[in-house]
Amino acid sequence: MTPSSRVKTLTIDGRPVSARSGETILKVARENNIFIPTLCHMDGLSPVGACRLCLVEIKGSSKLVPACITSIFEGMEVSTKSEQLDKYRKMILALLFSERNHVCSVCVSNGHCELQTLAQTLGLEHVHVPYLYPVMDVDASHERFVSDHSRCVLCTRCVRVCEEIEGAHTWDIMGRGAEAKIISDLNQPWGFSESCTSCGKCVHVCPTGALFEAGKSTAEMTKRQFLPYLSLMRGEKND
Amino acid sequence: MTPDEIRVSAKKYRAERTKKKHHVCVCMAAGCLSAGSDVVKTALEENIEKEGLGDSCEVRGVGCLGLCSAGPLVSLDKERVLYQNVKPHHAGDIIKSLGKEPVKEIQCDLDQPFFISQKKVVLENSGRIDPERIEDYLAVGGYSALIEVLTNWTSSEVVDEVTQSGLRGRGGGGYPTGLKWSTVAKADGTEKYVVCNADEGDPGAFMDRCILESDPHRVIEGMTIASFAVGAKLGYVYVRAEYPLAIDRLRKAIQQAKKFDLLGANILGMPFSFDIEIRLGAGAFVCGEETALIASIEGKRGNPRPRPPYPAERGVRNQPTLINNVETYANIAPIIRHGAEWYSGMGTESSKGTKVFALAGQIKNTGLIEVPMGISLSEIIYEIGGGIPGGKKCKAVQTGGPSGGCIPEEHLNISVDYESLKSLGSIMGSGGMIVIDETANMVDVAQYFMEFCRSESCGKCVPCRVGTVQMHKLLEKISAGDATVDDLTLLIDLCDLVRNTSLCGLGQTAPNPVLSTLRFFRDEYAALLKPSSATAAADE
Amino acid sequence: MTKLRLATTWLDGCSGCHMSFLDMDELLVDLAGQIEVVYGPLVDRKDVPEEIDIALVEGAVSSEHDLELVRKLRANSRILVSLGDCAVTSNVPAMRNHFPVKQVLECGYQQNADRNQSIPSDVIPALLPQTRPIHEYIPVDVFIPGCPPCAKAIHFALAALLKGETPDVHELTRFGA
Ligand SMILES: Cc1cc2nc3c(=O)[nH]c(=O)nc-3n(C[C@H](O)[C@H](O)[C@H](O)COP(=O)(O)O)c2cc1C
Ligand code: SF4
Ligand code: FES
Repeated sequence: MTPSSRVKTLTIDGRPVSARSGETILKVARENNIFIPTLCHMDGLSPVGACRLCLVEIKGSSKLVPACITSIFEGMEVSTKSEQLDKYRKMILALLFSERNHVCSVCVSNGHCELQTLAQTLGLEHVHVPYLYPVMDVDASHERFVSDHSRCVLCTRCVRVCEEIEGAHTWDIMGRGAEAKIISDLNQPWGFSESCTSCGKCVHVCPTGALFEAGKSTAEMTKRQFLPYLSLMRGEKND
Repeated sequence: MTPDEIRVSAKKYRAERTKKKHHVCVCMAAGCLSAGSDVVKTALEENIEKEGLGDSCEVRGVGCLGLCSAGPLVSLDKERVLYQNVKPHHAGDIIKSLGKEPVKEIQCDLDQPFFISQKKVVLENSGRIDPERIEDYLAVGGYSALIEVLTNWTSSEVVDEVTQSGLRGRGGGGYPTGLKWSTVAKADGTEKYVVCNADEGDPGAFMDRCILESDPHRVIEGMTIASFAVGAKLGYVYVRAEYPLAIDRLRKAIQQAKKFDLLGANILGMPFSFDIEIRLGAGAFVCGEETALIASIEGKRGNPRPRPPYPAERGVRNQPTLINNVETYANIAPIIRHGAEWYSGMGTESSKGTKVFALAGQIKNTGLIEVPMGISLSEIIYEIGGGIPGGKKCKAVQTGGPSGGCIPEEHLNISVDYESLKSLGSIMGSGGMIVIDETANMVDVAQYFMEFCRSESCGKCVPCRVGTVQMHKLLEKISAGDATVDDLTLLIDLCDLVRNTSLCGLGQTAPNPVLSTLRFFRDEYAALLKPSSATAAADE
Repeated sequence: MTKLRLATTWLDGCSGCHMSFLDMDELLVDLAGQIEVVYGPLVDRKDVPEEIDIALVEGAVSSEHDLELVRKLRANSRILVSLGDCAVTSNVPAMRNHFPVKQVLECGYQQNADRNQSIPSDVIPALLPQTRPIHEYIPVDVFIPGCPPCAKAIHFALAALLKGETPDVHELTRFGA
């Protein structure tokens, strides 16, 4: 028997591509400039498959799979676009917009927000599910940062970066379902958190304006990318 | 102890057990206990003492006798007499009548279909033995399957036997148990785990609680055989903290089994070790989902994660893990004792054996029943269940809880098996069965289950977290008579989205109660709708 | 060629979308040849006319009057456009939704008023319990998000509608733009 090759071939949207075994569909798609929408995913953090925007179709399977977490296999035939996927992605975005209070026009991240950009890219020009308008808190107790739960999409990037990169585990999730919210320590105000190192990593991985630097006004909050460099510095392998 | 010593002891216990002339068995499962069976038991004991019958009679606390709606239940197992709704003041009459005519006033007819149409495999000891005494379990042949396996079988023979039996998982999904066992057995891992899922979160379901309360050793025996088959050293029973009695009895059973060398290091002096730890869940429905359950066992937040990898490959601490339901494990010992052929002789082509159901809702006999697969729903409802009280008509039967659906009365002749139930848009589920009479509104039924899913969603993935909230709001709006045809269309779209895009089974099945009531009772939705806003505007 | 009959209105909005409309500058001259503005803040007409071809609606539905007006416009218009974030998402006006109406009025007319501290009861239409986007009340044909949508997006949409096409504005504008 010949040893099984580490290089696999597959097709994405009909295009033949090659990949290393163990790589995710998302990684291979991105290498080949094929767009798959993502929100909870972030290179450098463990994948959770939570937002479901990256769902794609695989030939021979009736189930949609999240591209950010699904490994490729030899001969796999992936479709990243279809009428159904488009409809689902828009509905998921619409659900996110309806869930909390995303007032883009006055948001610190207006113009630099991944949720807003996704809506534009995917052509979501209105939200057809009823807005829920929940009453949400703003926590401005930290001297350098603010959290506004109205804008949180519960992607848990902050939770993961804090635990996996900073090692502080300040953030976590409290509550279930629609009541779920991110909390610092044991639901203390952020400014009183004993574990927070004020490194700001959570602020810069937040896809929306939910975590931002104090003093920033509408559209002033831009996010820095640091995880790719960090990965490079640590010499993490690319697979 | 060695296998032979256990056999000798078992024989001794059997003799002791049958020594007395009369056995007065009082149900001490949660249902009867809450109706005061413990007080009844004391009263019976006092009366035996008073009458000086201590030498010929004995009072026993036993597990569930099934007809929970008529508790407290007391049975005279040698005489085949069952008493229902027993109050402490009946104790004197019961004791005095021993050996004579039974007390008519509280006697329950044991020849009614509720008793004779059932088929007890999993519940064979329930109501017969004292669940707090390993001696009782040994006396009725308990642990003989384990001894047989450990002394004469190879692990692959065990897997084969379970595969041959056709047993499918009783936790809801119906995955072939033998296939799961062989996957775990083959998986590479330094350590493997066996997990028993006793989270039982479906509203109205109490099969697993009852098994643990009535016959805990049976589950331990099943898990130990499983661990031998797949090569695990440690097992966990994940049980919700709301089941204190089940936990207590399970704890006692584990201690007793260890004392008898049936659990722990070098079981029965052989080079095989297996231990069981109990993990308490805080009562979240989602923690019954296997990946969430595993996270919870590891001390993390009970959130599901995408599969693959399946627990069989990567479960507890990333090691291959076998996870089965309580009832699934409870079927193992009889399969080994009587053989796969015997087991697969019961049931239908694709669904073998028996299934335990918790009968609830608008039905005369509520309680726990065990029936052979393939029995018709109408037999369960009209014969075993005694029909609908108050001369009302049955409208539908809900199976599978919040993941299931409603089967309308005209389809009640359907056979109870995994495929038939699925073909009608419901599922077998873990065994909840709720009977709905003609006075109920099916939109309310759908709303009830959606409310449940909404509040039990873990909140990790967007479609389930927000979709269930939106669907619930729409159902409320429909119920209130404020919704239009457009709202119904949106509801159906959301059902489609949540079913196809949610991360775990909770979200994927949450739309089922809506879809199934829409399928069979669409007119009830339609009757509540206003004209769409488009036509309303045109009318103005 | 007969001109298309255009109506515009603003409900609970800041008039920014109308300003953006006027920002079309010289393009307005082109449009003027093809469009007759039959109703709205830009012309002097009190009642909603019949047979409107295109209605541009700015602002969210906040009051009973807003609701009545948008329903009337819908009934009389062939194409109704939800113009700007307030109409499309309810935007800033919806920030009052977290408070009961009574509290909102007290805050505006009593606590923060220097004179005549009283809540007007006639003249000002009664507020609905919540501010909501217009499509939650009536069917909408075209959505143009943006706060405000740029003049280019509005022109692009109108030009397409004039040609009888359905505009896709998503490359020109977005929520909050
Ligand atoms: C939301 C959800 C809740 C579940 N709850 C339970 C439960 O309470 N008990 C159970 O045995 N299985 C439950 N399951 C099924 C388990 O994930 C798993 O499939 C089962 O325990 C496997 O055992 P089996 O093969 O013996 O059925 C649940 C699944 C989902 C998606
Ligand atoms: S489907 Fe529901 S319960 Fe399952 S992961 Fe998603 S949010 Fe959690
Ligand atoms: S990016 Fe894959 S699920 Fe969120």
